[in-house]
Parts: sequence; structure tokens; C-alpha cells
Amino acid sequence: MARFAMVIDTRKCVGCMDCVVACQAENDVPAGHCRDWIVTEVRGSFPTLAMEIRSERCNHCDNPPCVHCCPTGASHIEDFGRTVQVTPNKCIGCKACLAACPYGARFVHPEGYADKCTFCLHRVREGKDPACVSVCPTRCMHFGDLDDPKSAVNRLLASRKHHTLLPEAGTRPRIHYLT
Amino acid sequence: MLEITTTRHNLHVDPVLAVWEWQIPLYLFVGGMIAGMMILAGINMLRIARGERAESFYSVQTPILGFMLLNLGMGALFLDLAHKLYVYRVYMAFEPLSPMSWGSWVLLLVYPVLLVSALIRLPQAWPWLSAKLPALQRLSDALLLRPGLIRALGGVNVVLGIGLGVYTGILLSTMVARPLWNSAILGPLFLVSGLSAAAAMVHLTASIVPGHPAPHSLLGGALAALVQPLGETPPTPKTADALVKADLVLLVVELALIGLLFVGLLSSSASQVAAVDILMSGMYAMVFWGGVIAAGILLPLALQALQLAHRVPHTIVPALLVLAGGFALRWVMVSAGQASHMLAAGGI
Repeated sequence: MARFAMVIDTRKCVGCMDCVVACQAENDVPAGHCRDWIVTEVRGSFPTLAMEIRSERCNHCDNPPCVHCCPTGASHIEDFGRTVQVTPNKCIGCKACLAACPYGARFVHPEGYADKCTFCLHRVREGKDPACVSVCPTRCMHFGDLDDPKSAVNRLLASRKHHTLLPEAGTRPRIHYLT
Repeated sequence: MLEITTTRHNLHVDPVLAVWEWQIPLYLFVGGMIAGMMILAGINMLRIARGERAESFYSVQTPILGFMLLNLGMGALFLDLAHKLYVYRVYMAFEPLSPMSWGSWVLLLVYPVLLVSALIRLPQAWPWLSAKLPALQRLSDALLLRPGLIRALGGVNVVLGIGLGVYTGILLSTMVARPLWNSAILGPLFLVSGLSAAAAMVHLTASIVPGHPAPHSLLGGALAALVQPLGETPPTPKTADALVKADLVLLVVELALIGLLFVGLLSSSASQVAAVDILMSGMYAMVFWGGVIAAGILLPLALQALQLAHRVPHTIVPALLVLAGGFALRWVMVSAGQASHMLAAGGI
């Protein structure tokens, strides 16, 4: 069974926000909200500085706290690619999943249900990449199947140093950042 | 130095999470208080089943008030929902890993138990109702004449009450993402705080109503039923003192549990230490130290101790303070807990 993931090369990302705009256009994200965003992290003090730019979104965790806390099963793990998805007409808008997510990846859609990145499953089903991946001008984003040893994401993870966000939360996130 | 900038700007998520406002704290507070009332009433039902005189207890009549408060709590919970039309979905699934799912189903059990428990006093509380439905009186008599039934009902009240009280804390403590809530103490703390609020509520209503003709209106009848004795003799001052004594013990235990909560968090990870700072010296410090600790626990503790020693007259002030402090505890924990978040240990 496929297990979709993203590998993002922070050495190539310039923080242009094309991924953010592409997501909002593709998924009709309501104004004032975002399913993906750019984080710029600077460590050290001049002249000894290190910077990492990351395109962040829902981590589609292997051990997702948002799914565990959902009282209705609206937040669930989709069979296709083992991704974390929300069924709007099962969601009661209790916001427990917003509180449970250590990444702040979710928000309440103006219509009342919890919303977040879907990994553009509607595009993936058609054999395309998610919108953010497909528009990246530096080609720093890669989408693929972690269960396929020959996939591009697995080759990158095998050959480059990488990290995930808040691994200590125990959520086993599936967005990997190459450093 | 670490500088983080983000382009994310989601409503109620940034800059800090603020999705739960007053509704959830009110629901947790009322839920805890009902849990406490069920435990107090349950214990007294067990004593009545053993042969003690029913009229000696105030709190055996609390289920009527508890039932009304439950509607208030559920109303607050409903107001919090963002997708209200789909609320029925909660009862179309049982999710064993979700505390909220457990709580929803427990509340569904609490309703009938409170209703049956309320039947004991309902005919006396609302004579107009029992005049229309003579069966109510027969049901009430049947209950009181069967110690086995009263015992079973008492046991169910105690068990469900403990479950409901602990659940109000577990709901928060299972969320790893909110370091302030990551403590197993939260369940017992909210349970004890709920018991203390229940004792205060019973005491409060008992202080307001006696000396006046028992009202028979919807709310007045329930309040009167709470404090009017089952028989001709009103409960003795000793019974009232027992409530104050119970509340004294509960407040001391609550204070100790708050201390343990902080010892546990402060000896834990950096995220948890930072989370405690939000409460102890951050933006919620005033409400926490002034509202929860000083006005909600220490002051009523001192006033009630002086009352028992007959140094100050009995007033409703300590009960009001305990109730306000109980709500302040839920509000400050829910608000500060949302503001707490995990600190990144890794990165570049």
C-alpha cells in the first residue's frame, strides 16, 4: 500500500511562496487562510548565521493526534496513500484537532468544518503532483511513495541529510526537509 | 539567537491558538460540578439505603438541579461548535481513542441517571406536575421503598460522577501538542475542583432558600427541592457544617494537586517549563494567582475555617468564591494551555 510523503530541499527553496499561491488557487482556500506557508528560521548572530527556508503544511503523520482525538471519525487516514483527510459533512467543528496538532496545520473553514492540506489527492488520483510541488520554480519539492524503495523521495532520503518537524512529538511526520 | 518568521495567518491559530473561548471552560466547569453533585448524592443514597434517615441529607435532592445544569453545560458545548448542523454526527460513531467521543457517550448515560435520581424528589418539587401525573408519585414511592434500587442508583451516580469529573480533565491532558495540559494530574484536579464546586453549590442553594415558603415554579421548585427535607424535619445545622467541612478538605486537596501539577511540569521538558511560565508569570498570572489561588481557594478556605470556629457568621460569600474560582481554574487552564506550544529541539 502506498504511503505518500514529501521531501523538500531547503538548500534550493528561496521562499518565493509560489507553492502557497498555487495551493490557494487550486483548492479555493478561503481568503485569510492558508493550507501551506513559508517559515524562515535564522540561527546564530552576525556574521555566524545559518538560515533555513521551509515550505510547511500538514505533515500527514503516521501517528496523527488529530485523527485520534476526532469524536466523529471526520478526521481519518485515507486508504489511498495513507494520508490524513477530513470529511466535512462528518465534522462538528469541535476544534479538538486544531488543539491537538503540534504544527498548527489546521484551521476552521468559514463554513464551519476543520480544513487543511489534502496533499491534493484529487490531482494525485489523476497521476499529477500536488499543486505546490508542480509549480515550484526551483524544483525543491518532491512528492512520492515512501513504501516504494525506488521512488524519488526514498532516493533523496537515502542520499541526503534530512529532518522532520518536532519529531519529539511522536507523530512521525511525513514531510522531510533536506539540509 | 533564533529568529523565526512565518507567512501563516490563520484565524484563531496565529499568533497563538485561541479556538476555545468561554464556552468550553463553562462546559468543563459545569460538567465537573454535576459530576461532584452526582458523587455527593450517590454517597448519600448509599447511606440512605443502609438505613440512615433520608431527611438528614441536602445533596440527595441535587439531581433535579444537576439535570438543569447539564442542559446549561451541553448548551455551552453546542455554542462552541463551528459546524452546528452536523452535531448529530457525534452519536453516529464511537471513537475509542477520542476523549470527546467517550465524554459525549458518558453524558448520554448521565441524563437518564440524573432523571431517575431526580424522581425521588420530583413530586415534592413540582406538585403541579405530580397532580397531573399521579404515576410520578407512585414511582417516587416505589424508589424510596426499595433500598436495593436506591443502593444501585447511588452506586451508578458515584461511578458515572467520577467518570464525568475525570473526563473533563482527560479531554485536555491527552493533547501532546499543548504542554501545559500534558499531566495526568489534570483529571483528578478537575474532579476534586468539581466536588468542591458541588459542595459550594449545594451549600449556596441551602443558604438562600430556607426561611421562605417553598416555591413551586420551574427553577424555584428545583432549588427548593434541593434543600427542603424529604420529611417534616429540616436537616440539622450539623448537616450544613458537614458540607463546609467537606469543602475545606476538598479545597486543601485541590491546592495540593495544583502544586503537584506544577512540580510535574517544571521537572519535565523545556516546552512544559515554558508552558508553566505562561500561567505563573505570563499574561494569565493575574487570573491564576488572584482569581484561582487567592480568591478561589485561600480566601474561602480561611472564611470557612472561621465559620466553623464561629468567629465569623455563616454567609454565602465562601460558596460564591469557590464557584467563581472553579470557573476561573477551567478558563485559565483552557486559555493558557492553548497558548502553550512545543518548542523545537532540532532544526538547523
